[in-house]
Amino acid sequence: MMRRLGKIRDYAIEKMIFISGIAAIIFVILIFSFLVREGGSFFGEYDLKNFILGHFWYPASDPPRFGILPLIMGSLVIVLGAGILAVPLGVMAALYISEVAPKGLKDLLKAGVEMLAAIPSVVVGFVGMVTLVPFIKTAFNIPTGLTALSGCIMLAFMAMPTIVSISEDAINAVPWNYKEGALALGATKWQIMYRIILPAAAPGIIAAVMLGIGRVIGETMAVMMVTGNAAVIPSGFLEPVRTLTATIAAEMGETVRGSSHYKSLFAIGAVLFVITFIINFIADTYLHKNKEQ
Amino acid sequence: MPAKNKHVITTEKLNLFYGDFQALRDIDLAVSSHRITAVIGPSGCGKSTLLRVFNRINDIVEGVRITGKVFHGSDDIYGPDADVDSIRKRIGMVFQRPNPFPLSVYENVVFGLRIHGRVDKSVLDGIVEESLKSVLLWEELKDRLNRSALNLSLEQKQRLCIARSVAVKPDIILLDEPCSTLDPMATLKIEELMVELKTKYTIIIVTHNMQQAARVSDDTGFMLLGDLVEFGKTSQIFTSPKEKMTEDYITGRFG
Ligand SMILES: Nc1ncnc2c1ncn2[C@@H]1O[C@H](COP(=O)(O)OP(=O)(O)OP(=O)(O)O)[C@@H](O)[C@H]1O
Ligand SMILES: [Mg+2]
Repeated sequence: MMRRLGKIRDYAIEKMIFISGIAAIIFVILIFSFLVREGGSFFGEYDLKNFILGHFWYPASDPPRFGILPLIMGSLVIVLGAGILAVPLGVMAALYISEVAPKGLKDLLKAGVEMLAAIPSVVVGFVGMVTLVPFIKTAFNIPTGLTALSGCIMLAFMAMPTIVSISEDAINAVPWNYKEGALALGATKWQIMYRIILPAAAPGIIAAVMLGIGRVIGETMAVMMVTGNAAVIPSGFLEPVRTLTATIAAEMGETVRGSSHYKSLFAIGAVLFVITFIINFIADTYLHKNKEQ
Repeated sequence: MPAKNKHVITTEKLNLFYGDFQALRDIDLAVSSHRITAVIGPSGCGKSTLLRVFNRINDIVEGVRITGKVFHGSDDIYGPDADVDSIRKRIGMVFQRPNPFPLSVYENVVFGLRIHGRVDKSVLDGIVEESLKSVLLWEELKDRLNRSALNLSLEQKQRLCIARSVAVKPDIILLDEPCSTLDPMATLKIEELMVELKTKYTIIIVTHNMQQAARVSDDTGFMLLGDLVEFGKTSQIFTSPKEKMTEDYITGRFG
């Protein structure tokens, strides 16, 4: 009797684990098919080329215009700027933490990076709105501080933890005996870092950067709060921009279910999905490369 | 380069501590140039530690403390104005596990030259050929210089690591159990290579393998629990050791 109960229990647990695993996949498929259905039907009403390459996002005018090029450019400017700030800083911080910092400081910095990752994005956005935005306004003497630059800086903050912690893992994975070999040839700490450690850890660092950038592209709250949300093709970092994500978040509440506008937001979602999928795919490839070494 | 039979490494009352643990005790040693000096002794007696004192690679271990003196020629290598990077350039080291860099064969050999600022391609090409020839790898690898060094056999990797040390033209090459991961055939080949290299360099080799010490070395030091128990000509150490401990060890009574 007991043995039978045990068997049933094993069976139940096994099935539960199986179902949880399958559920993850099913959710992805469900979300994806929802995106395809809602967004896909949009392209029955609106031309794909005009959607991607159109310069004007006037969803409420008559006739409406659903050109998302300004939004794509907005996201691109944010990603580019955040990347320019976060990648060198993040990689250098990772090098510092794993190769230079003394033990106590190392633990402190690691904890700091983890804390940074734990701050909700609304909070990051809020702090940025009340500190960074006015600062940028006065520093550059421009009419508003709600600019792409503000978004880049806030998002660089948010991408940093990912970049730092994954790069650091990759740097730590570089075998100790490479360093010893270089040291024995008279290499300085700095030479070892850029001649041995960086190249050997490069796949992992690239993966870290991709995952960091993935976070930047998907980020919504903080970016919506500090970038001004003007749907125009930006010509510099000191102008307001609007990203793909912010558009969905800002407009979803005011659309009529089933309208073209409503569907267009799902189409934007599909575009985002494709972009993040590609980025994660690249990151994954490099993470595997790193493991194989 | 120092004249033959001059002492290239001399230690005076050398003590080394890892934190509270004393790993070397009052070592007095004089290594002669252009000879192969073997350091033997049971596991944990401090052979590697001693070797790693000579190129100051122990510096990176946390909590290491050294007293006494170590001279390279007449330079006090732990003196106040010793230049660690230049010491390591003059005193090369080959490790137990072959550790070529994840770079091409060519870049492995020129690594030391590049970090010391030599970049002239024709000079580097010449040194690559010369260094690989000196470790008898040139014929095997001359058409594969741009391939990754990680794909070589273990023996080739170890030879490459020796070539990498040789390329910066050191006076001394330190080898820490360089054959312990190799099969007997490869071991014999590396031993032949060492004998060949001693015409140009002073070689200090740490080994577990007494036959190896007997086969290749000119001088031998026997260590036990951080002490240098006996040091002398290899022929003398292996035939008529002065210390009872040495005799017990080489006759295999403990180890
Ligand atoms: N980094 C370190 N910190 C503390 N103790 C150490 C350290 N490295 C070595 N030791 C200790 O110092 C002693 C000598 O070590 P060493 O590696 O020099 O021995 P060895 O003769 O080379 O041994 P083996 O033949 O096993 O390689 C050992 O007792 C070892 O445990
Ligand atoms: Mg050892």
